[in-house]
Amino acid sequence: MKKILLISLISLATVWSQNSSAISTLEDSSKNSSDAIECMEWFVNSNTIECWENGEACNIYKCPEYDLKQHEELLFDDSNDNLVSLLSFIPELIIIIGLLSIILLEIIPNARKWIFHTVTGSIVLAFLYMVLNPSENGTLFMNLIAIDPFSTFFKIIFLVSTLVVVLISDSSIEIKDDIKAEYYFLILVVLLGLFLMSSSINLLMIYLAVELVSIPSYILAGISKNNKSSNEASLKYVIFGSFASGLMLFGLSWLYGLTGSTNIYMVHHALASSGNELMLFMSLLFIMVGFGYKISMAPFHYWTPDVYEGAATPVTAFFSVAPKAAGISILIRFFYTVFTNDSGFSSSSELLDVNWTFIIAVLSALTMTIGNILALYQQNVKRMLAYSSISHVGFMLIGFCVLSYEALASMMFYIFIYLFMNLGAFAVAVFVKNKTGGDNVDDWNGIASKVPLISAFMVIALVSLSGLPPTSGFIAKFYVLAELFRMESYRWLAVVAIINSVISLYYYFRIVKAMYFLESDNKNTDKIEVDIFDKWIVVGLCAQPIIFYIYWSPLLDFIRSSLSIWSS
Amino acid sequence: MNDIQSYLAVASILFSLGVFTVITRRNAIAILMGIELILNAANINFIAFNRFGGMERLDGHIFAIFVIVLAAAEAAVALAIIINLFKNIGTVDVDQAKELRG
Repeated sequence: MKKILLISLISLATVWSQNSSAISTLEDSSKNSSDAIECMEWFVNSNTIECWENGEACNIYKCPEYDLKQHEELLFDDSNDNLVSLLSFIPELIIIIGLLSIILLEIIPNARKWIFHTVTGSIVLAFLYMVLNPSENGTLFMNLIAIDPFSTFFKIIFLVSTLVVVLISDSSIEIKDDIKAEYYFLILVVLLGLFLMSSSINLLMIYLAVELVSIPSYILAGISKNNKSSNEASLKYVIFGSFASGLMLFGLSWLYGLTGSTNIYMVHHALASSGNELMLFMSLLFIMVGFGYKISMAPFHYWTPDVYEGAATPVTAFFSVAPKAAGISILIRFFYTVFTNDSGFSSSSELLDVNWTFIIAVLSALTMTIGNILALYQQNVKRMLAYSSISHVGFMLIGFCVLSYEALASMMFYIFIYLFMNLGAFAVAVFVKNKTGGDNVDDWNGIASKVPLISAFMVIALVSLSGLPPTSGFIAKFYVLAELFRMESYRWLAVVAIINSVISLYYYFRIVKAMYFLESDNKNTDKIEVDIFDKWIVVGLCAQPIIFYIYWSPLLDFIRSSLSIWSS
Repeated sequence: MNDIQSYLAVASILFSLGVFTVITRRNAIAILMGIELILNAANINFIAFNRFGGMERLDGHIFAIFVIVLAAAEAAVALAIIINLFKNIGTVDVDQAKELRG
């Protein structure tokens, strides 16, 4: 049986690589792309606007098709010098300085107590710098990284979620004091990788950023070295993760071969003129595996429940939000730039009629259904939240299979809302774990009488996760589905989504039932002391669903303006 | 042996062997080796495309060098995790790691 599998795999691969139609177009397409490169380089290096207006310059290079749109004009500016680029790279530099000073503080005697302050300080400083002093749109480091409002939006999500995770892990019993320095160091490295991931516009940079996020994440998952399940979680994570990124790399290598460039805009231009559907489709599938594993889209979701259950709860909270948002951002940027017709967000059709939105739609339905059905059977709260996060990713992907600008806005809106409700639920989970020492739903029995305030806010977070009206979870789901109906495509997906929302009610409300209506086994009914700090984190996070239910239009306007650079 | 098809064929065979290893082997070290095969297949692709695709820039070569560096980093972390697993449960068989189920 194994031999048959091996032989068929090899023969399939060989036949595929020898596919004559694939190879014959290779030379043409690379020729096209070198034209494109010349054109681009000339465009970048000359006083562009006048030359393009008189039209003749274009004809010399035979590239009238490559009409550079507004976004690309902004991208290929002349601030590409590495030293000049550093000026627009200051938030990242602040994080780098922060993580280097952790190492210093760790080896200086009696300086350990400052580590926590350094971490929070550098995150807050990076956030303030980015918000108060937004850098101009452009590309950095020889067109490796783009600075634009789109990536700024995602960077805000990463900073907020990392800050919350750092705050809740300070009091967590699962992160021992003697590993705190390494823990914060790794968190900041992942944060840096997430920053690069959301802004990379080069195949090489995409791969590097994905690995910069993945490799520290493997260690973070197994940060409790003597804990068997934590160890197993990191093993599963490292095997799945490196396998998926290997497949993605293979897909990227074919994409590079088809187009002869690693810049995603040039890849798009070369692909559009090559017309090689089969190869495009294969490399698209491979790349989808890599990104799909990062956002735990079915059928690449198998690592998620195990890793979430085994890892320490604050780490799980981090994994469930920040790398997912980064995966979504790179998915949007890469697929919309490379695999749509106008290389722009206003476009509405797939490149070369490769029907990948249908694949995304099917996988979205599958992701939602698998996540919700399996969540029904879980006893462990972390595992349940893991499956719930899978189903939420399925919901977000609905916005991705409709190629429209509003759908993307609704998708990003969903991520932002999901950030607060999920982190709120996890903050309560960390709190309960600290007080009761257990992860199971039974450990939540009768919590409501002991900590009434936190339980009440947990209910808000859960209602929001299930998408019921007086919370922003409802608004988020509403926008995604409304856009699906407006575009009149994939109506069956809306039916699947609504059925799934109903299913999800059951397992979210099991936690509510345990908190309010079941008696705890031990008859100790004393109120649990709540640290004022914990209380404000939970209240702050779980109040967001209500706030955004009442008044969300500034957020949506902000998201639309962050997409506006592509919309013209 | 001096055309792109041969190189692509070698890379594809290497890739299939890698995928086969990852799917069938249960030893964690062997799975890692399979992943290395996949990465090296991609490297051959990059170099071959760069050499025979008529590309003037050296993007493919640089990509391959970065992949080699990252593969080393990944292997270091993965081996550390596997050693830790061996200390905790006394085997490197991935099927024996079955604490997390459901």
